[in-house]
Amino acid sequence: MINIYEVNETNQMIDEENLDVRTITLGISLLDCVDTDLDRLCGKIYQKITATAERLVSTGEEIEREFGIPIVNKRISVTPIALVGASACKSPEDFVAIAKTLDRAALKVGVNFIGGYSALVSKAMTKSDEDLIRSIPEALACTERICSSVNVGSTRTGINMDAVRLCGQIVKDTAEATKDRDSLGCAKLVVFCNAPDDNPFMAGAFLGVTEGDAVINVGVSGPGVVKHAIEKVRGKGFEELCETIKKTAFKITRVGQLVAGEASRRMGIPFGIIDLSLAPTPSVGDSVAEILEEIGLSQVGAPGTTAALAMLNDQVKKGGVMASSYVGGLSGAFIPVSEDKGMIDAVQAGTLTIEKLEAMTCVCSVGLDMIAIPGKTSAATISGIIADEMAIGMVNQKTTAVRLIPVIGKDVGETAQFGGLLGYAPIIPVNEADCSAFISRRGRIPAPIHSFKN
Amino acid sequence: MRKCIITVLGKDQVGIIARVCDYLAGANINVLDISQTIVDGYFNMMMVVDVSAADRDFSVYAGDLSRLGEDIGLNIRCQRSEIFEKMHRL
Repeated sequence: MINIYEVNETNQMIDEENLDVRTITLGISLLDCVDTDLDRLCGKIYQKITATAERLVSTGEEIEREFGIPIVNKRISVTPIALVGASACKSPEDFVAIAKTLDRAALKVGVNFIGGYSALVSKAMTKSDEDLIRSIPEALACTERICSSVNVGSTRTGINMDAVRLCGQIVKDTAEATKDRDSLGCAKLVVFCNAPDDNPFMAGAFLGVTEGDAVINVGVSGPGVVKHAIEKVRGKGFEELCETIKKTAFKITRVGQLVAGEASRRMGIPFGIIDLSLAPTPSVGDSVAEILEEIGLSQVGAPGTTAALAMLNDQVKKGGVMASSYVGGLSGAFIPVSEDKGMIDAVQAGTLTIEKLEAMTCVCSVGLDMIAIPGKTSAATISGIIADEMAIGMVNQKTTAVRLIPVIGKDVGETAQFGGLLGYAPIIPVNEADCSAFISRRGRIPAPIHSFKN
Repeated sequence: MRKCIITVLGKDQVGIIARVCDYLAGANINVLDISQTIVDGYFNMMMVVDVSAADRDFSVYAGDLSRLGEDIGLNIRCQRSEIFEKMHRL
C-alpha cells in the first residue's frame, strides 16, 4: 500500500515544484464539415466543435478536483483549415470568416486556445494553402484564441522555399497587424519542419489527417520537479544524474497517463498520445534553464549548454516512454525564451544568443521558440532564420519550428510583454547580413539523401 | 472499493483525528488505514478511505473536509488514490 512519504512526495511536487498537467488537448476532425458554401461550412464547424468539446472543460476540472493535480489548459486542435476550407474559400478573406467561427466556438466551450489554422505545404502550395497563409495576419489580429501553423518542410520532401519566403513576410505582416500588443499575433504562429499530427501543445497543435474523428492528447510538464530532484545529486557522476532525471520523468509522465485515461473514459473519446515534455512557464521554479544551471552551468548559454540539454532531453524521453502506453507529439525539453525565467535572464545578461539557441534546437524539441527580435528585421532575414531551422529538422529527421516575434517599434535593449503563460522577452539581436538573394530563389530544397530509406 | 487518500497537515492539537473521523462516519466513508507522524509539533496524517458507499458526491465531501481543515487551522485534502499508485508503483 502507498505510504505517507510517497503521498507527501507527490503533494510536494504539486504544491512546491509546480507539477501540473500542462494541457488536455481534444483533437477534432473537421473533414466531415467540408462544404462548398462558406456559411454552411462555418455553421457545421461551429456545431461540431461545440458538440464534441461540450464537456472538455468540465471534465478537466472534475479530474483536477478528484486527483488534486492542476490541469493548466484545456484546448482544442482541429484538422488543418487549409484542407477544410479548400472548396468553400475563394480568397484569404473567406478563410478569415472560418477563423472567426473557430474563435467563437472556442469561447463557447471555454478553451483558451484552438489550434489548426494551418497549412501543410512541405512540397508545394495549393491555391487554398496559399490563401490561408496569406490570411494569417488578419486572422490572428481579429481573433483571440486562434493558433496558426505552417509546415514548410520535411525530411521526406525537402524544404518548400517558396513557402519559407512567404512565411517570412507573413510573420512580418502579423507583427504589423498586432503591433499595438507588442506584435502578439506572432506568438500564435509557428513555422514547422516535420510537424507531428498529434502535438497537444500550442501554438503548433493541429489534428493530422491520419487521425480519427476525435482524440484526447495530453501534454505533461514539470521542470520544477526535475530541478528539485537533481538538487539532491549535486556533484555526483553522470550515471546518478541521468538515473535521477529518468525516475522523475517516469513519475511525471505517469500522472499524465492517468489524467489522459480518465479524460478519455469520461468523455468517451479515444486516448491518443502523451507528449513527454518539459514545458516551462515564466514563474520562478518552473524553468528548463534552471535545470541546466543545476546540472552545472553558471547560466544557460555557457559552453556545455548544448551537451547538457541533449542529455536532459534524452533522459526525459527514456524515463517517460515506459510510463505511457503511447508517446507522441513533440516529447522533449522546450526552450521558449519568453516563457522561461532562466532563459529571459540569460538573454538579458547576453549569455544566450540566437545562434546558441539555434545550436540548442539541434538536440531538443522544438526550435527557435518565443524569441523577440527587433521590429525592423527584414522579411528576408526572418525567412533566412526559418530556412536554417528547417534545414536542421530536415537533415536530423526531427521536428523543428520557428516562432519569432519581430516586435514592431522596439529594438535591442527593450522588452516585449505578452502576458500570462506567454511571458515577456528581452529583444535579442539578429545577424543582419543580407540573405535576400538566397531567399528569392524559387522552388524547393530537395530532400536529403538519407531520406531514401525504402 | 473506491479508495481515496486524505492528508492532514498543520499544527498539532487535540481532537484532529476525532473530528475528521466524525465527518467520515457521517458521510458513510470507511477508514481503511491511518498513518501519522508529528515532527516539531507539526501534525502529518494520511488516511486511506473507501468512498464506494459514501452518501454524497466527491466534490461535496472533499469540499467539506477542506472547510473543516480551515475551521481548525489545518490543511486537509482528499484525493483519489490512483494518482499516488500510478506515480509510485509499476
